[in-house]
Amino acid sequence: MVFVKQIDSHLQFECETGNYHTFCPISCVSWLYQKLKIVFFLVIGTKTCGYFLQNAMGVMIFAEPRYAMAELQEGDILAQFNDYQELRRLCLQIKNDRQPSVIFWIGTCTTEIIKMDLEGIAPKLEAEIQIPIVVARANGLDYAFTQGEDTVLSALVHRCGKTLKNFVSSPRLIIFGSLPSIVSQQLTSELTRQGINVAGWLPTASYQDLPTICSGDYVVGINPFLSRTATALMRRRKAKLIIAPFPIGPDGTSAWVEKICQVFQKKPSGLLERETSIWHALKGDIDLIKGKSVFFMGDNLLEISLARFLIRCGMVVYEVGIPYMDRRYQKAELDLLVSTCHKMQSMVPRIVEKPDNYNQLGRIQDLQPDLVITGMAHANPLEARGINTKWSVEFTFAPIHGFTNSRDILDLVTRPLKRNGCSAKLSFIA
Amino acid sequence: MKLAYWMYVGPAHIGTLRVASSFRNVHAVMHAPLGDDYFMKSMLEREREFTPVSASIVDRHVLARGSQQKVMDHIERQDKQEKPNLIVLTPTCTSSILQEDLKNFVDRAALQTSADVLLADVNHYRLNELQAADKTLYQIIEFYVSKIIRSSRFKEKKTARPSANIIGSMSLGFHNQHDLAELKRLLYDLNIDLNLVIPVGLSVQQIHSISNAWFNFVPYREVGRLTAEYLKDCFSMPFIDIVPIGTSQLNRCIKEIEKVLNSQGANVDYCQYIDEQTRFITQAPWFSRSIDCQNLTGKRAVVFGDSTHSAAITKILANEMSIKVVWSGTYCLYDHDWFRNQVENFCDQVVMSDDYTLIANLIEETQPDAIFGTQMERHIGKRLSIPCGVISSPVHIQNFPLSYRPFVGYEGTNQISDLIYNSFTLGMEDHLLDLFGGHDTKNFSNNSLPLAANCIWSPEALSELKRVPGFVRNKVKKNTEKFAAKNRIDYILVDTIYSAKESFRS
Repeated sequence: MVFVKQIDSHLQFECETGNYHTFCPISCVSWLYQKLKIVFFLVIGTKTCGYFLQNAMGVMIFAEPRYAMAELQEGDILAQFNDYQELRRLCLQIKNDRQPSVIFWIGTCTTEIIKMDLEGIAPKLEAEIQIPIVVARANGLDYAFTQGEDTVLSALVHRCGKTLKNFVSSPRLIIFGSLPSIVSQQLTSELTRQGINVAGWLPTASYQDLPTICSGDYVVGINPFLSRTATALMRRRKAKLIIAPFPIGPDGTSAWVEKICQVFQKKPSGLLERETSIWHALKGDIDLIKGKSVFFMGDNLLEISLARFLIRCGMVVYEVGIPYMDRRYQKAELDLLVSTCHKMQSMVPRIVEKPDNYNQLGRIQDLQPDLVITGMAHANPLEARGINTKWSVEFTFAPIHGFTNSRDILDLVTRPLKRNGCSAKLSFIA
Repeated sequence: MKLAYWMYVGPAHIGTLRVASSFRNVHAVMHAPLGDDYFMKSMLEREREFTPVSASIVDRHVLARGSQQKVMDHIERQDKQEKPNLIVLTPTCTSSILQEDLKNFVDRAALQTSADVLLADVNHYRLNELQAADKTLYQIIEFYVSKIIRSSRFKEKKTARPSANIIGSMSLGFHNQHDLAELKRLLYDLNIDLNLVIPVGLSVQQIHSISNAWFNFVPYREVGRLTAEYLKDCFSMPFIDIVPIGTSQLNRCIKEIEKVLNSQGANVDYCQYIDEQTRFITQAPWFSRSIDCQNLTGKRAVVFGDSTHSAAITKILANEMSIKVVWSGTYCLYDHDWFRNQVENFCDQVVMSDDYTLIANLIEETQPDAIFGTQMERHIGKRLSIPCGVISSPVHIQNFPLSYRPFVGYEGTNQISDLIYNSFTLGMEDHLLDLFGGHDTKNFSNNSLPLAANCIWSPEALSELKRVPGFVRNKVKKNTEKFAAKNRIDYILVDTIYSAKESFRS
C-alpha cells in the first residue's frame, strides 16, 4: 500500500510500510562521545543495545570508550530492584572511575516500555552526586539512526545558559549540530569572511562551554535531522530559526551562507567566486558521474541534501528514501532540490518516507541504477547482483560539510564507480 | 542493573537468527523495534544472498494497541514473497517484556501460510546467544522429527554404509566453513558417508532422513548437543562430542568413532590411518619435537575464549608443546563444570568470567609471553605489548579469512601450530630488537616530515595541523606547502590549509 499525496506540481511524497534497515539511534553515542570531551554516555538498555553498539562502533570500542551499558536484568524489568538505587550505584561508580563533567543517560526501547522515569530520577540523582545528568530518549520505537543526535541535542538545549536580554546588544548567531572540530572551524571561518560572528555552537567539545541562548538569538542547523533541536530552540529559548538549505556540497554551503547573510543584512562578498572555484576543482569527479543514476534507499536523513548536491553534479536521482521527512525544517532544502532539478533539467526524484526495503529492491531491479546508496545489509548482496553500492553510514562519519569537504562527498560517491573501471574485465563477478 | 562496557556473547535472538539463517530456505521474522535487525551476516561472511531475516517493527502504535494483525500480516507477506519452508518468529528483549501472545500469532498465521511457522522458544533474560542457538536448533529439529514420527509412512532405516550427521556447524561461527570442509574430508578418509550437515545449508525437507545416520558428530561444545541428545533419546543414535581440535584429541575422537561404528557391526580399524596421519600428514607432532618448539618449553601463556576453543587450545599448549598455561578461562559461565573438568590438569588456574576488565587485569598481572583469546584479548595484548593469537569468537572480519583455515582435523593442527609459534616468535623478535637497540632503520626514517624551509607556519595553522588525524597529517602538510609554494604564500594561515585542500586534485 502506497500513500501518494501531491504536494505541489513538482515534489511527490510517498509513504511506505517502514520496513527498512537502519541503525538504532543509540549509535549517536559513537560520534557524540568523540565530539564531547570529558562526558560519559550511559546507555540504559539490554544486551541487544550493547551488541549493536559494540559491533557498529567496531574498533572504537577498544579505545577506552567513555560509554557503557547499564544492562537491565530480569529483576529490573520486574521492578524487583529500585531504579533510583540501581542508577545511583552505577553513576557513583562512573564518577569514581572516570570523573566525567556530565553523564548522559540514553533511554532505550526497554526503558520506554517499562516506563522508567529517567527524567524524574535524573534531577534528584544529579543533586545527590553533584554531576549534571542529561536524559535523551534515543530509542528505536520512535527514531532512526541520526535522529539520536537530535534527541541528545534537544536535551542539551535546556542546559544552555540564558543571558538577560539587556546584555545582548544585537542578535547573535548560534549554530547547532555536531561536527568534528575541524569542520565546525571551517564553517565558522566561512561566515567570518562575510563579517558574521558565530556566537556559539551546540554542542561544544566541553559541557561547561555550552553557549548561552536567549530570546531573539538566531539559530541555524547544519544537518537535516535536527528538527527536534530546532523546535526546542524556538519554543524553549524563543530563538529565531533560520531555515536554510544545509551546507552540504558547494551549492548547499553557498545557499546556507547566503541565507544567513540575508538574515543579518549583509551582502555576500566573493561567495559566488568561491563556489565557482570549488565546482572547478571538482570537475574531474563530476565528469565521471555526470548522467549516472542514483537510488537512495534511505536510512540517515542526509538523503535530500545529498540528492540535491548529486543532481547539481549532473546525476539522475530516481528515488530518495528517507526515514522521516520534516517538511517545515527541511523546507529550504526541498525548495533548493526542486530548483536544482529545474536548473539541471533533471527529473524531480520521488521522496519515499518510511520506505519498504523489499519493495525498493524490486524497483532497483527494474531501474538498474548506476549506484545504490544503502546500508550494509544490502550492499554485498546487491554487488553480487552487479549493482554498485555505497555504504550510506560513511556519509555520517566522513567530513561532508562546507566548501572544503565537498570533495569528500564525491570521493565516497565515485569510489565504487572508479573501482569498476579497473574490475570491469572481471565480468564473472555478477 | 549491571555496568557493562563490552560483552563476549550476544543476546539470545542473535543465536536464533544464526541458526535460522544457516538453514536453506528458512526465514526469520523478528518482533523488534527499528534498528534491532542489526545482524552481521552479509558483512562478516561477505554473503552474496540477502540475509533471510526481516522485522515486524514494534513502534509506538504497537505499544499502544499491541501488535494485533501486524505480526501475522508480516509473516504472511514473507510467506508469499520468499516462499520459505519454515518461518521462525524470533522474540527480542523488547517483545519479551511486551508479553504479547506470540504463540497465538504463530498458530493463527500458520493456518494462512504454506510455510511452517515456529516461535523460537528463547527467553532473552535467561539465555545468551550460544544457548539460544543450541535451543533453537533443537526446537526446529524436534518439530520436524516429531512430525515425521507421527506420519504413518515413517520407517527407520540405517544407511548401508557407515554414515554420520555433523551437528552444530552454523553461520557466523569461528572458522566454521573451513572446519566443515575439514570434517567432511575426515569422514571421507575414514570411509564414512556424510548423511546430513545440520544446520548449515540444510533444507528442512531433508530432515526426514536424519535417523539414517549411524551416529551424530557434534564437533563444538556450544551448539548441537541438545539436538544430539534428543536424537539419542528418539532413535538411540549415539553421538560423539569430543572436540576434534589438536592431535591427541583428534586421535581420541577417531578412536571413539571406531568404537561406535564397530558396536553397530562395521568392523573398522582406524589405527593405521591415525598413525599415518600423525606421522606424515600433520606437522604438529614433529613440530613438537623440533628445536623450535623446544625453545617454547616453559614459556608462559594464558588462554581465554568460548569453552570449545579455550579448552582445546589449553590442552594443545600444555600437552603437545610443553608451554606453561598460567590460567585458562571461558566466558561460557553456564557450562563451567565441563570446562573446569577439561582443563583442570593442564593449567594452574581456571578462570570463569564474562567481564573483560577482569580478564585485562588478570593478563596485566600475569604478564604472559603470549595470549590466546578473542579479539578483545588481542586488543588488551596490543595495549600491553604482548602478542595474541585469536582462537575464538567474538571476532572481526579478519577472522573470516578467504584462505583455508580450519581449526579442526589434521590440517587444523598445522594451522594451530603456526598460530602458536608465530605469536611467540613475534613477541621474542620484538623483545630482542628492543634489547639490541631497535630496528636500525629507526634513525633514518623520521615519522614526521620536517617543515619546509621556504614557508613559515603560523602557530594557529600548526595547531590546526595537529588536529588532523595522524595517518593523513603528513599528506596534508605536504599538500599545503606545495600549494603555498605554488601560490607564493610564505606565511601559512589556517585558511591556507583549507584552500590547499579545496584546490588539490586527488
